[in-house]
Amino acid sequence: MRTEDLIKALTADHGHRAMPLDRVLLLALLGGSALTGLAFFIWIGLRPDVAAAAQTVRFLFKFVVTLALVATSLGVVTRLARPDTKLGPWGWSLLAAPVLLALAVAAELIALPAASWWPRLVGSNATVCLTVVPLLAVAPLAGGLLALRHGAPSRPGQAGAVAGLLAGGIAATFYAANCTDDSPLFVATWYPLAIGLVSLIGGWLGRRILLW
Amino acid sequence: MVDCERELRWTTLMQLAVAGDAQAYHELLEDLARALRATVRRGLAQAGRGPDEAEDVVQETLLAIHLKRHTWESTKPLGPWVRAIARNKLIDALRRRGAHLEVPIEAAPESALGVASEVPLPQRDLDRLLGELSTRQRDIVRSISLDGRSIRATATRLAMTEGAVRVALHRSLKQLAAIYRRIGP
Repeated sequence: MRTEDLIKALTADHGHRAMPLDRVLLLALLGGSALTGLAFFIWIGLRPDVAAAAQTVRFLFKFVVTLALVATSLGVVTRLARPDTKLGPWGWSLLAAPVLLALAVAAELIALPAASWWPRLVGSNATVCLTVVPLLAVAPLAGGLLALRHGAPSRPGQAGAVAGLLAGGIAATFYAANCTDDSPLFVATWYPLAIGLVSLIGGWLGRRILLW
Repeated sequence: MVDCERELRWTTLMQLAVAGDAQAYHELLEDLARALRATVRRGLAQAGRGPDEAEDVVQETLLAIHLKRHTWESTKPLGPWVRAIARNKLIDALRRRGAHLEVPIEAAPESALGVASEVPLPQRDLDRLLGELSTRQRDIVRSISLDGRSIRATATRLAMTEGAVRVALHRSLKQLAAIYRRIGP
């Protein structure tokens, strides 16, 4: 087939309209979050003392960190979904959540006597955190990867890994409303492990299924 | 060196195409094919390859441009987007051919579109890839491309509805892109 013949076929298919990429990404995000929310409320739900907890800075700050991760990784992943967009300052934005968390850890170390550092870090829900967060991340990760397949990422592994960060961030936001360990020492130890695992899986899958 | 005037025209043509102008789309693809030919040959030469697989890469790139055109943001110039896709497809082709060749994405030519030879060399065909499609799909693609029939004429000839031909054509193109990815031409 000569190239001009191929062009005829492509022109004939010109009427086919794909859904805009941003809309697909948004639908995937909303759909994935809704499923995660549903699973969360059916499976573990809010912690019993959530009203009292909502009065404390430590509890609320968990959401500052996880939502910062959700916002920045969403911004990055929408850029990685297209073949030509440079990340620019958006790449650095992914540092927002870790930096916020590091500041909170520093504040916690100042506020608490050294003797209570270790018990706070270990907490009582480490295994739960490491199990529940990856499981809650399944739906948004699947949604994100499907949406990325609609796009054309130049770096499939990176795109998949950031979709993993986004999914992990969504899962962690829900999980944080169940977990009774609020110390930044706990959050900084276990949340990154759980979210990092999701990101690794996302990157691994991305290199395989995001080729176009 | 980027030919600004030419790239401005590409952007205009793609905007027209998105608005539904098939003639503009045809014209755009033809000019992109000419520009890609030169880029791809230079890229192959830089990787120490001859130009004989160039036309295959051009065709695969055109297919990707077509199937992924919704990832272009209409407020941006088309040139950089086309070059990004061309770079990806060239790297795919180099990796596929040279079994363990590692080509870092940055090493691919940043490409000077539109210089040098834009005339097609005799290429190996897509026909082998067409062989991977179902008989019905192959009939449709052949009828529209090689025989140059319209969708309507193809529908009449194959006793299908126009809608069914459109759907089958689009699926065939997506499948061709997937076959390229899997085995290469």
